[in-house]
Amino acid sequence: MSGERVLIATTVNGTRHERAVEPRMLLSDFIRHELGLTGTHVGCEHGVCGACTILVDGLPVRACLMFAPQANGRAIETVEGLAPDRTRLHPLQEAFRDAHGLQCGYCTPGILMTMKAFLAEHPSPSEAEVREALSGNLCRCTGYQHIVDAVMLAAKRARA
Amino acid sequence: MSTRQFGEAVKRNEDARLLAGRAQFIDDLTLPGMLHAAFLRSPHAHARLKSIDVAPALARDGVVAVYTAQDLGDYWRPGPLIVPPPPVEGAVFNERTQVPLVKDTARHVGEPVAMVVATSRYVAEDAAADIVVDWEPLPVAAELAAAVAPGAPRVHDDLPDNLAAHVRQTKGDYAAAAKRAHRIIKRRFAYDHGCAQPMETRGVVAQWDAGSERLTVWDTTQAPIAIRNGLAGMLGLSERQVRVIAPFIGGGFGPKIMLFYPDEVLVPWAAVQLGRPVKWIEDRAEHFVATTHERGQLHDAEIAVAADGKILGVKDVFLHDTGAYDPYGLTVPINSQCTLLGPYVVPNYDSTFTAVFTNTPIVTPYRGAGRQHGVFVIERLLDIAARELGLDRAEIRRRNFIPPEAFPYSNEIIYQDFTRLSYDSGDYAPMLAKALELVGYERFVREEQPRLRAAGRHVGIGVVCYVEGTGIGPYEGAKVQVQTNGKASVLTGIGTQGQGHYTSFAQIVADQVGVGVADVEVITGDTDQFYWGAGTFASRGAVVAGNAVSQAAVAVRKKILRTAAEHFECAEADLVIADGRVAIAGVPGRSIALGELAVLANPMRGAVAAGTEPGLEATSYFGPESGATSSGVHAMIVEVDPETMIPEILKYVVVHDCGTIVNPLIVEGQVHGGVAQGIGNAFYEQLVFDGEGQLLNATFADYLLPTALEVPRMELAHTVTPSPLNPLGIKGVGEAGAIPVGPLFAQALEDALGLPSQGVELLEIPLGPSRLWELARAGS
Repeated sequence: MSGERVLIATTVNGTRHERAVEPRMLLSDFIRHELGLTGTHVGCEHGVCGACTILVDGLPVRACLMFAPQANGRAIETVEGLAPDRTRLHPLQEAFRDAHGLQCGYCTPGILMTMKAFLAEHPSPSEAEVREALSGNLCRCTGYQHIVDAVMLAAKRARA
Repeated sequence: MSTRQFGEAVKRNEDARLLAGRAQFIDDLTLPGMLHAAFLRSPHAHARLKSIDVAPALARDGVVAVYTAQDLGDYWRPGPLIVPPPPVEGAVFNERTQVPLVKDTARHVGEPVAMVVATSRYVAEDAAADIVVDWEPLPVAAELAAAVAPGAPRVHDDLPDNLAAHVRQTKGDYAAAAKRAHRIIKRRFAYDHGCAQPMETRGVVAQWDAGSERLTVWDTTQAPIAIRNGLAGMLGLSERQVRVIAPFIGGGFGPKIMLFYPDEVLVPWAAVQLGRPVKWIEDRAEHFVATTHERGQLHDAEIAVAADGKILGVKDVFLHDTGAYDPYGLTVPINSQCTLLGPYVVPNYDSTFTAVFTNTPIVTPYRGAGRQHGVFVIERLLDIAARELGLDRAEIRRRNFIPPEAFPYSNEIIYQDFTRLSYDSGDYAPMLAKALELVGYERFVREEQPRLRAAGRHVGIGVVCYVEGTGIGPYEGAKVQVQTNGKASVLTGIGTQGQGHYTSFAQIVADQVGVGVADVEVITGDTDQFYWGAGTFASRGAVVAGNAVSQAAVAVRKKILRTAAEHFECAEADLVIADGRVAIAGVPGRSIALGELAVLANPMRGAVAAGTEPGLEATSYFGPESGATSSGVHAMIVEVDPETMIPEILKYVVVHDCGTIVNPLIVEGQVHGGVAQGIGNAFYEQLVFDGEGQLLNATFADYLLPTALEVPRMELAHTVTPSPLNPLGIKGVGEAGAIPVGPLFAQALEDALGLPSQGVELLEIPLGPSRLWELARAGS
């Protein structure tokens, strides 16, 4: 198995990448170690914790549950694609900073990507809806309260 | 900045990097020529290693090296004892520390047997599976109570039994007190704590630079300085040749301060042997068995009470599961023993524990570090005493509180820092009153609960109290400097794992130096930046390092004033420091930027006066004489579905006293996170071993961490009794939220299900729906 390669092409945060990869390479490893986009974090590699959540064609996906070749021809968004430039943050990121929605920050990129997709579909969520949408992402530091506050704050600001 | 930063809910300095995905965590590191390690681990809890054949692994393309215990030569030796046994008379301690690789006997599932180094992690894991091991399985001592039974399989066959330690501590005369008791209540309690499960697993990257003969190690440790010192000794290097960097770390909670893990010993060694950087990142499946746990204790405890509910004394005899080795000494059971005493006057105490080796992963502190176990015992004893005496649960606690005028209050026995357990300050009754008010205790008990019960709903209330010994020594240090760009920097030796030190330490400095919080750069966890320190544990970062930072900042402020006074040829008293400048008060235009002053303080020509140090810089160390005692009250209202036994928390209240608060937002976050972990411990999380010592639920699909649906919105309130033991008056907060949740669940669930009237008491944690159902059914 080792040595065999397949050629894939993906667009990540608007940039097209072509690589020859082992068929078994996880998409999470591809993004992190082949493309060097290490903002996407790996927490469990069995699809439960949500830390590696990215957007594939606009939908949240666990990057550890896909092989890199499965992303061939797809458009991927990662946390690095959120902020408009190096000095500014995306409004969702701003809200997390304002509401203290992160502590160690390890689960945060996956939560941001999950919530970006969620808020796009639910611009006026209730707290219960936010919690339901968050329930696929584990955070061990915050107890979630400030994360919920941050998401509600981002939604409120977007509506204003 | 003319506004005070200390005490304000300042936004965090570290957040932009973390939110943008730029913060460097260990697995983000890539070095030229880097190799990747994977471990072959024991599949058996107890087995003799008869033979091992690594040839098939070495034959695989991409494999660079495979190491077994035999290959390590003299480098193979048991790890250091991190904490020696406490100086308690008659204490027995059998030191058996972990080994780098199994040489002849594996003592728990997951113990490493061989290390493969290859060109990729994928190949390294393939090769680890190629290794052929001939095991002879041995009888297993998997379970705590069974491991102390006569004839139990021995974890260490050079010992007569599985006794790891035996410690008795007493205060007063319990036997005499018991004779005077109105009532003695005796129960057996089982408290099981789980594992920390930070979202980032552990990892080590090491690079040996043959040119400079220096070793750099990146490690997800909570104690980089201790790792540097230990590694230097093991590798025969001087400490100045070793640099340990704890980068951004994705949560710690205790297990990341365990040292040395086998991988921390082996990865740097392999990097030196091979002359190439080596990376090892633990995966989650490994984490469940390769990183330390906390787990269980069994307490046979009794309380002697007077007719009015006053505690006359407590006696406790307990077993503590220490796992296969005991490198962390007795910190966890000592914490249980001491913290049981709580915020109460317990005039007579007789506590004995036996720490027991079992064929399971090593037990070391995890957030709370044994305090939970003790708090569970005393809180449950008080609940039962209240019931038997016809007293209200809150009232029996109030009657037994240490009164505010009794501080400092000595509990006489030896604490984990080896000083006599003493509470520095506190005022407990107002906290309880506040918690009862916030949760609506009176109204709930008198009106709501009867009404809801009549409507067929199973609702209950709980209220529990606790203290936490925090902020212990020995010391931490900090160097504060005004840089020539006008920004301040803080260097300190402790590691940081999400606690907000980049901000709270900056707040402490900002006020003294007269810059904004964002203009204070905090550097922690790099041994080349700051040489001395102990580490991040025991809720001590803000207390111990925070005060060192403060002292250094005060000293820098003096240097700023002295240098500016010389520059302006004025009196120091005429100067004000604000907004990054030093100005002469009331004289417009007469001011200098801090950066320019820093340049003046480092002259290139001329002579400086004898005894003068260059720069606007100071280093300070702080070591408290003993720990600061935080305290708190948690209360909740819970509803249980009697069919599924799933609880829904309707209201959760925390009233907490951590002394002076540096940043209320960060404190709130610490409490929230602690409570969430407490909820996990109380109801959702349990490491389930079978009789062969196999961990049966080593995935996140089976070991359930609480999600946003299980953790309720919490209402917090603070009372403040500053600690007299440090100048800032801070007490630690890191572990507090997690500590009292177990007894709170037990009390509230009992109440919700009306269990006491059915003769059922909840005397164990975790409960979990299946277990709760079994227990409730036994009563009906």
